[in-house]
Amino acid sequence: MNATVVVILVLALGTYAFRLVGPVLRGRVEIPARVEELASAGAVVLLVALLATGALAEGGGFAGWARPAGVLVGVALAWRRAPFVVVVVGAAGTTALLRLAGLG
Amino acid sequence: MCSLQRTITSPGDASLVRDSSLVWLASGIVGVSFGAVSVAGGLPVWVPVLMSLVVYAGSAQFSAVGVLIAGGGPAAAATTGLLLNTRTAAFSLAVAEILGPGRTARFLGAHLVTDETVAFALAQPDPVRRRRAFWISGLGLFAVWNIGVLAGAMAGRALGDTARYGLDAAFPAVLVALVLPAVRADAVVRRCAVAGGALALAVTPAVPPGVPVLVALAGLFLYRRRSLEAGS
Repeated sequence: MNATVVVILVLALGTYAFRLVGPVLRGRVEIPARVEELASAGAVVLLVALLATGALAEGGGFAGWARPAGVLVGVALAWRRAPFVVVVVGAAGTTALLRLAGLG
Repeated sequence: MCSLQRTITSPGDASLVRDSSLVWLASGIVGVSFGAVSVAGGLPVWVPVLMSLVVYAGSAQFSAVGVLIAGGGPAAAATTGLLLNTRTAAFSLAVAEILGPGRTARFLGAHLVTDETVAFALAQPDPVRRRRAFWISGLGLFAVWNIGVLAGAMAGRALGDTARYGLDAAFPAVLVALVLPAVRADAVVRRCAVAGGALALAVTPAVPPGVPVLVALAGLFLYRRRSLEAGS
């Protein structure tokens, strides 16, 4: 077994272990309602942090203007309660057009 | 609304499939680029393919392969990937109830816990729809991601730079569309999310990838304080 296979297996087992935390705890212990409430709030917090860092950062630095501008268009569309398709295509399209126009 | 037919096919499934398919399409193209990048970097075809099947976490795969290609060594590659995936533990807690009652559903469903499927499931208004959203988006995403990676690995570099298609903006936008209703409806959650997001952005330049999002969970302190006040 070479080193690459070991990397893949360690990564796979570790990731699956993380993913099992919720389902395994659910089967074994009674989770208080307050904790459950906190877990779903935590998921929203994680997702918002993911979208904020994903919109602005790339490898620890600024991602350039095209991407955050596209995401901002997505935010505006979602705020106006545009359909899901419009939000996503609007964001990607804006970014693609800005890059086509030469804006990083 | 409450017929047994719902458990087999539900009229709402069409909209779930329609919304999910957009995420599938974007993920599929990202998958193609993951396969292509890996092979172009000198890795054999089976590496991205096997990784996508058993690790199944886009950002962690990209960074692990990036470290490997850059010659960073296996330990660094595995650590970076694991750090990025730590958040799935919190996600799995949030969707534990949604997966289903059986052992198979729980152990199979756990592998499908990703940012996208969790966001999709939590965006639904009732438990039945949450479960359907999780499984529909999750199984589809798994299939499309792996097919995409295989295609990319076989085709090599044909697709070129995927940044051209603005796909890097599609993922944050997907998350915006999915979390906005929750953030809008609940002032306490909104407060935590804004604080957590700001914190994550603030520490991003200083800490390794994967850490900023975990730091965001500190925003939950506001949640606890608020709900204790409300309870007293």
